[in-house]
Amino acid sequence: MADHESSYQPSTGFEKWFDDRLPIIRFSKEHLMDYPTPKNLNYWWTFGGILAMMLGIQIVTGIVLAMHYTPQANLAFDSVELIKRDVAGGRLIQAVHSTGASMFFFAVYIHIFRGLYFGSYKAPREVLWMLGVLILLLMMATAFFGYVLPWGQMSYWAATVITNIFAAIPVIGDPLLQLLRGGFAVDNPTLNRFFSLHYLLPFIIAAVVALHIWALHVPGNNNPIGVDVKSSRDTVAFHPYFTMKDGFAMVVFLIPYAWLVFFAPDILNHSDNYIMANPLVTPPEIVPEWYFLPFYAILRSIDFPLWFIDSKLLGVIFFGASILILFFVPWLDRSKVRSGTFRPLFKPFYWLFVLNFLMLMYLGTQSPSIWWVPALGKIGVAYYFIYFLIILPLLPRFEVTRPLPASISESVLRPART
Amino acid sequence: MATEAETHPAPHGTRRDFLYVAAGAVATVGGAAAVWPLINQLNPDASVLALASVDFDLGSLTEGQAVTIKWRGQPVFVMYRTQKQIDEAKAVQVSELRDPQSDEERTKPGHEKYLVQIGICTHLGCIPNGPGEGDFGGWFCPCHGSQYDTAGRIRKGPAPKNLVIPPYKFTSDTKITIG
Repeated sequence: MADHESSYQPSTGFEKWFDDRLPIIRFSKEHLMDYPTPKNLNYWWTFGGILAMMLGIQIVTGIVLAMHYTPQANLAFDSVELIKRDVAGGRLIQAVHSTGASMFFFAVYIHIFRGLYFGSYKAPREVLWMLGVLILLLMMATAFFGYVLPWGQMSYWAATVITNIFAAIPVIGDPLLQLLRGGFAVDNPTLNRFFSLHYLLPFIIAAVVALHIWALHVPGNNNPIGVDVKSSRDTVAFHPYFTMKDGFAMVVFLIPYAWLVFFAPDILNHSDNYIMANPLVTPPEIVPEWYFLPFYAILRSIDFPLWFIDSKLLGVIFFGASILILFFVPWLDRSKVRSGTFRPLFKPFYWLFVLNFLMLMYLGTQSPSIWWVPALGKIGVAYYFIYFLIILPLLPRFEVTRPLPASISESVLRPART
Repeated sequence: MATEAETHPAPHGTRRDFLYVAAGAVATVGGAAAVWPLINQLNPDASVLALASVDFDLGSLTEGQAVTIKWRGQPVFVMYRTQKQIDEAKAVQVSELRDPQSDEERTKPGHEKYLVQIGICTHLGCIPNGPGEGDFGGWFCPCHGSQYDTAGRIRKGPAPKNLVIPPYKFTSDTKITIG
């Protein structure tokens, strides 16, 4: 990798003077331009850059929206309508932000599933992966707080149902619920604090993203064959090769995003959210945003008690565990081979896991009073956990992996048949 | 700085160790004390707590009528039950209930025709429809299908508990104070 190490040569006296005092240009050149990147990265790897772009878009549009939004229970709903109708260009800015949340989650799910397939969480990238899971948790909290702000019926009842989850905790549940809501029901104090946190969390996410990239740049990128970089022949400089590839992917990603913003800004929203919040009327059915549906389905599928744990608390435990289990994936997967490409037994289980995730997503939209919804839901929850707790740890005992290429450059010159 | 501790290590830690632990302990307690108001401010404020009780005149209700009033931002179902509804509620074998409670435990003595309960499903907080809905003539929650009887007790569906009875008392024959 030595070929790629700092090529920065301060050319003028001022640059040299500045570099001795704050080597930020050197740092940027090393990490944003010369950074040695495996040359076989495919398009699944462009979603990291896309996610950075999405965080930027959400922060910029969010700051602008906050200039027009009023976080007060009697005014919030109208202020969002005002943004859409009266503020110059407000309709687009609001649509970019609300649709942006969906695009952000779409990209993050692809990013996570890419990591799960290519074993990007395995040593020495455990901390990188765990920071990523932390970012996912922060994103979920931010998206939830943001969804409450328009103060429509779905906003209000989502806030009610989600804060109610904490009431399932024994003993401290009820005081904790009042502490979170700032009242006996979701009301103006709840809206105020959610707005404050919705403004704060993206900057925390940005800080954790910086750590995530730092943790990436220590071991370097994983790659589609999962074989470590062995010489400078295996890598190319990040700029211009991957700035171009990421840039192209961003443009492609922006096409459906722009289509949604311009032609269907409301298609991902629930019609009930165009009715102002009413604490005395519950909508006929409460459905979360699509990106929470798999986890919502897990929460709802647990409708039975276990030992001394009642069904409500048990559902909450499974709901929390379904995300927290991701923190342990680096140690649950015992396979020495990183990339799923060379693991013939892993592949069908992996794709079943993807299908199972999509099935849970679908079940989250369906009414649980239909008999097969909770039944299929239980199968989905079972497989979700079996994949992490049984298949990943035990599969390597039975699996004969395919031979790995000697190096990245060899695999590029003579592609392995998959 | 060759201190006494370095040249003659004490058997159970040095003065310096003690100072470290003592300073750390004071800093921890001080830090926690400073954080506490920042957490405590999240609790319901005085203006919210000031709305914590509400009066209602039951005299305006006719037999069989149910109204929803607001208490602490939550809906409260107040219902003037018919004799048939009371008889139905009393006919139930209490031991067979998921959350066993007799009809007497859910009303005030001498005022059994009035049922006062918080209209929030004990499952995930939706507002049930009713009365007169579901298989038991009480309330039916549209979110996840919980069904309550004419005494607001859970009979079917995912909810774990009966509808909550708020603290209330009769201030006269027809007036109640909730909270």
